[in-house]
Amino acid sequence: MQPEKITTLEGNEAVAYTAYRINEVCAIYPITPSSTMAELADQWAAESKTNIWGNIPLVSEMQSEGGAAGALHGALQTGALTTTFTASQGLLLMIPNMYKIAGELTPTVFHVAARSLAAQGLSIFGDHSDVAAVRSTGFAQLASASVQEAHDTALIAQAATLESRVPFVHFFDGFRTSHEVNKLTLISEEQIRAMMDDNAVRAHRSRALNPDHPFIRGTSQNPDVYFQGRETVNRFYARLPAILQEKMDAFHELTGRAYRLFEYYGDPEAERVAVITGSGAHTLRETVAVLNRSGEKCGVIHVRLCLPFSAEHFLAVLPPTVKAIAVLDRTKSPGATGEPLYSDVVTTLAEARAENRLPTEGLPDVIGGRYGLSSKEFTPAMAKAVLDELKKSQRKNPFTVGIRDDVTHTSLEYDPEFNIESDEVVRAVFLGLGADGTVGANKNSIKIIGESTPLFAQGYFVYDSKKSGSRTVSHVRFGPNPINAPYLIQSASFIGCHQFNFIEKIDVLERAQPGATLLLNSPYGPDEVWDRLPHRTQQQMIDKDISFYVIDASGVARETGMGSRTNTIMQTCFFAISGVLSQDEAIARIKDTIRKTYGKKGEEIVEKNFLAVDRTLEQLYRVTVPDHPSSAIEMPPVVPPQAPEFVQKVTAMMMAGKGDRLPVSMLPIDGTYPSGTTRWEKRNITDSVPVWEPGICIQCGNCSFVCPHSVIRAKFYNEDQLDEGPDGFPSAPINARGFPETRFTLQIYVEDCTGCGICVESCPAKSLQQSGVKAINMGPKAPILERERRNIQFFERIPVNERSRVEFSTVRGVQFLEPLFEFSGACTGCGETPYVRLLSQLFGDRLMVANATGCSSIYGGNLPTTPWTTNSEGRGPAWSNSLFEDNAEFGFGFRLTADKHLALATQLAREFKEEIRSGLIDEILAAEQRTELQIRQQRMRVAELRTALEPIDSEKARNLLSVIDHLVRRSIWIVGGDGWGYDIGSSGLDHVLASGRDVNVLLLDTEVYSNTGGQMSKATPLGAVAKFAASGKTVAKKGLALQMISYGNVYVARIAMGANPQQTLLALREAEAYPGPSLVLAYSHCIAHGFNLRDGMKQQELAVASGYWPLMRYNPALRQSDHNPLVLDSPRPRIPFKDYAFNELRYSMLARTHPAESEHLMTLAQEAVNQKWETYEEMASRSGSRFIPDASVNR
Amino acid sequence: MDLSTTYMGLQLKHPVVASASPLSATLDGFRQMEDGGVAAVVMFSIFEEQVREENEAFSRLMEAGSESYPESLNYFPEVSTYEVGPDRYLELIRRATEQVDVPVIASMNCATTEGWIEYAKQMEQAGAHGLELNIYRVEADFGIGSLEVEQHYLDILAMVKSAVSIPVALKLSPFFSATGNLALRLDQAGADALVLFNRFYQPDIDITDLEVASILDLSTASEIRLPLLWTALLCGKVNASLGTTTGVEGANEVIKYLLAGADVVMSTSALLRHGPAYATTMVDGLKEWMEAREFSSVAQLRGNMSHGKVANPSAFERANYIKILQSFRGEVLSAWR
Repeated sequence: MQPEKITTLEGNEAVAYTAYRINEVCAIYPITPSSTMAELADQWAAESKTNIWGNIPLVSEMQSEGGAAGALHGALQTGALTTTFTASQGLLLMIPNMYKIAGELTPTVFHVAARSLAAQGLSIFGDHSDVAAVRSTGFAQLASASVQEAHDTALIAQAATLESRVPFVHFFDGFRTSHEVNKLTLISEEQIRAMMDDNAVRAHRSRALNPDHPFIRGTSQNPDVYFQGRETVNRFYARLPAILQEKMDAFHELTGRAYRLFEYYGDPEAERVAVITGSGAHTLRETVAVLNRSGEKCGVIHVRLCLPFSAEHFLAVLPPTVKAIAVLDRTKSPGATGEPLYSDVVTTLAEARAENRLPTEGLPDVIGGRYGLSSKEFTPAMAKAVLDELKKSQRKNPFTVGIRDDVTHTSLEYDPEFNIESDEVVRAVFLGLGADGTVGANKNSIKIIGESTPLFAQGYFVYDSKKSGSRTVSHVRFGPNPINAPYLIQSASFIGCHQFNFIEKIDVLERAQPGATLLLNSPYGPDEVWDRLPHRTQQQMIDKDISFYVIDASGVARETGMGSRTNTIMQTCFFAISGVLSQDEAIARIKDTIRKTYGKKGEEIVEKNFLAVDRTLEQLYRVTVPDHPSSAIEMPPVVPPQAPEFVQKVTAMMMAGKGDRLPVSMLPIDGTYPSGTTRWEKRNITDSVPVWEPGICIQCGNCSFVCPHSVIRAKFYNEDQLDEGPDGFPSAPINARGFPETRFTLQIYVEDCTGCGICVESCPAKSLQQSGVKAINMGPKAPILERERRNIQFFERIPVNERSRVEFSTVRGVQFLEPLFEFSGACTGCGETPYVRLLSQLFGDRLMVANATGCSSIYGGNLPTTPWTTNSEGRGPAWSNSLFEDNAEFGFGFRLTADKHLALATQLAREFKEEIRSGLIDEILAAEQRTELQIRQQRMRVAELRTALEPIDSEKARNLLSVIDHLVRRSIWIVGGDGWGYDIGSSGLDHVLASGRDVNVLLLDTEVYSNTGGQMSKATPLGAVAKFAASGKTVAKKGLALQMISYGNVYVARIAMGANPQQTLLALREAEAYPGPSLVLAYSHCIAHGFNLRDGMKQQELAVASGYWPLMRYNPALRQSDHNPLVLDSPRPRIPFKDYAFNELRYSMLARTHPAESEHLMTLAQEAVNQKWETYEEMASRSGSRFIPDASVNR
Repeated sequence: MDLSTTYMGLQLKHPVVASASPLSATLDGFRQMEDGGVAAVVMFSIFEEQVREENEAFSRLMEAGSESYPESLNYFPEVSTYEVGPDRYLELIRRATEQVDVPVIASMNCATTEGWIEYAKQMEQAGAHGLELNIYRVEADFGIGSLEVEQHYLDILAMVKSAVSIPVALKLSPFFSATGNLALRLDQAGADALVLFNRFYQPDIDITDLEVASILDLSTASEIRLPLLWTALLCGKVNASLGTTTGVEGANEVIKYLLAGADVVMSTSALLRHGPAYATTMVDGLKEWMEAREFSSVAQLRGNMSHGKVANPSAFERANYIKILQSFRGEVLSAWR
């Protein structure tokens, strides 16, 4: 037998490793936190890695999880060993097929990184809500509690499903297990082979649909037999626990790792027992071990097989001494008598007593509680609180633990200081930025230690809710024994603070234990740094007796050509200080890892990293901590004092990373949050911001038009206003005739800027005298910050320009419209948000947005702060996200209500004709509401009606008032990305656009699933590389515009702001004005395209110049007058496709990985471009009569 | 008629060679040049600094935005093998040497000692028939004197020569205080060929946008003079082959360079302007001229107008300058009359 292979893996990889080797087909769809499993399977298939049968599994990305489940069902029915990887809403979309698969007794294992379900809000984090939601499908449910277990259980489940014919959901905690890196022993191919029964595999194949031995399955059954048929499967479920245990035993034989359906840990004479499944079981096990040592009679039953719940096996492990049981569920079943595991335990005990099978003296008391929803921490302190609750005579049932429920008082108190971690374990917490490589370096450190020393290692990484300037916190443990601590480090022996400014913003030492070490990346040396620390930090350092080290890692990185990547430097310091390895050994291993990590990227990158390592130690200093704090620096308040109460009390807590402390009473009951909270969060994530040059500026509006974070604002105003302004407040005479006393100011919101530089690249005005100087230029923020704060304050006092005085039809005019979408957490240089902001400027005060899940729902609606905001009248976009797949239908529902309530308001208003001012009702009902002026006038009329109605004491008046807002025309927009519009929501989009109703769709086309990390969609172009198209996509992008044009009554436009902002503006306004369905396809550059997004708009221009993205508008209204409804807005292609494409990594990387294929695909891609252009050109030159007539408009 | 020539030890069927141009960027371009009738191809230059920058950009862009947001911890599929460094260039050498019959001379410009040595070795292994060192530098550091600059050329040559056994050519800048002296020293140091000259990038200024404009025009026939002068001066003085480039518009320039003493005549602009088949037109023009003058071989005419053989050698020196001035003055004077 070969020696065991020890490695360090993330949970997802550990599962995929096994699943890939024992399946022939994987039908998948990306969803967090399971996506990595599918991506790895696809990657391995692309690398021609074989399964244990010597063939390469087929990995197929479908259009939705519903599609994946269908494909999976089909593959299973035809005899292939098939699996999928999913989570949350994805698992829910599989439910219909799960019933079929189980009803047909089909062996398969779904690997689920268990995640919350969207309820009052979406959450990507881990709990068992999804798994609980599929309990009645007929799938067995088997849980893994650690990375090693997930790796092993994937195999055990497969063996058991093949023999039992009952399909399995194998689940493990999303993020906590799926994303934890831990040391594990790999199952060898031989061991996998030994676990797989070829007879069972052949039996599966023999049951397959086969025209050589035909039968039918999937019949439609009637009342006479359906019920009996349903009962035929019972014995398979009855046999399953025994089969599973046999497979676990066989696995034990092969590997030495033993598993049981239920495992008991603790005192054999325990009186108090907790029951739990998933990673929390390890927390309880470790806690129980500590409590037992102090004589407490308690224990824990760790449940692996959750369904079918084997009463026999459960009772077999229950200590006969037990008097009280607490069952913990990581899900919530509102209104139920209890959550699933609790209900199973209660039922089991009750039945056992009835049947006289109870192992205990009497029926133990049972309480049930919820913990850990959405990756809420479940710590030993909480575990202890649960066991302590059982000591009480009055116990909470149901209870919650880990939160403070001050409304229904379910929560248990716990002692946050209770700590069971061993001193043998090095516990390190590293605070970094996504961009500085901290997480990557820590993953490397874990590999170094886990794979080349006898030590064990664990890493878990907490990320940000923002996509730009995001912070990361790495929790890393090293120790001599296996590390089963599935909770964040509470008491760290080492804190690495990789960004100096964190010291001023967050409580860096919060998790530091007494005597801990702090390593700070500081531009200030050992003699200077102390005076630069806030008073509070100094006091903490003294109180906690912190050993303090500094290094100017950013300086070393600059000197050695590493740019902003301080990761290797900080990693070297960690090893030098922590003593986990000897310094020489650590450096040798770091270098070895550098070579492994970067070797394939070129020798020079390796050399730079080596140099950085070598330069590090000479610049690492220990700082003597004085006895007394001396600093006058105070931590600034999280939000300014003028922020609203909710923001002060709730939002600010979340912003400060203290949201866990918010009690139930502080949170909205139904997921309703106030708009416009990003304005209170001054993130200051860039050192370099745009600076305006009034003397050069031509006031064209380009810069504010393209700004992804709405930080460039313009106003014009009477020059008298300047009298009240701060000294030097920049302004210029307005660049328009007939306004002699009017000034213009462009104000940059420097604290909200992300430093992308797109504005500078889009600025057409250059200095006539000085090379390289434009009307807007990037410059350092620090020297102008205070000045700009004052300027912004004054700027905000200048009245917003009256909308009816602004020219909506020009880019220049639009800059004066207030953005009602601002300071989002989108990526620096995002290509989507400028369109979204523009929508809010044009239609914001009457805008309703249905937003598909994806990037736009994350930067649009991810707490703590959200960017959709209100104007000075308190009006603004009403925004909501339903799901990923249903967004078109969701927005369509908005339209139905608007139509219905407009009709109702109209009907009720007519009934008031006699009572209200003569003519007002007629004016309201007859009002044309197309222009901004007309809408303003209608608002005034409606306000007058409201005033008239309010004193009337009648049901009719109150009813009219309840729908009166609908008398002002609403602008209903359905917003989403290409993953939604081209794939998962495609049929809904198609149906809604075909409905003829007045909805507007803004499809932000990044040509990949951006939010989940760049997976291929049907919008991905031919020749581009994406996840699931690692060898380049071989099918051309779907012609969605042409498809929708074929309906005849859909307004369709293709826009690309960077190529023609004026056309973008025109198209959005036409789409909105068109009284039927509209689809606007917006080219959106994206970080997943692989180029410096500062050039995003230029790249858009090239996309259009190459003919790849023709700009066009199809306006069915033109068809009525026999005009050609299709207008082509861009000139003929003037550059080859590759001159655009090869600027982007998504195209150019194929030239490095598959040069011949790249050449081939680029040729085809050019042909596709040529053909697409010819099609549009031909259509644009047809007579109008050759297009489908539009009955809805003609009517 | 014998049109053959020997260039840096390579036997060529005639002296018209394609010099570095975008045509050599693809295998298809190589085939077109072969079909067009060139005797050898000097590939486009690979710049070590550019390769490094591209590698770094690749690495940076692969990692951009990674490990930041929990739903998208990276944005590109992990790829286990891909080309880095000069891999793509080397692959092109390999495919070109396998699939076309004309000799392939790789061209390189490196920024580091390791770069020169490693690239040279790899190009030899990839099958290049020869190397051209395109040492292109504008010495903007005024602390570096002429001797140092010259020594730099010699050092690079020595490094590369010691690393490979295929012939090595050196493409020279036209601007040295003592071009002839340097040429002799390079010749003694083992250069297999000297190529006259590098037409290096000379930026322009855009007065509308106040930007430095990077414009590289194709050469014209009038630019032939300087390389012609030095070819004529060096012919017979060095053992190294002489390659000439710049301003080769047609057969006339080919003939002139050969008469001055060139072993091969390289053209980029004409092949780009007229297509690769123009090489045959140039060779035909050369043949016609030779037939009319009853030359039976290129060897016979090579260097006939070199400094060493021309009837009035001083015409290549200061005398030429004086003569032009005199004629110029003559014109001026006549205008005054």
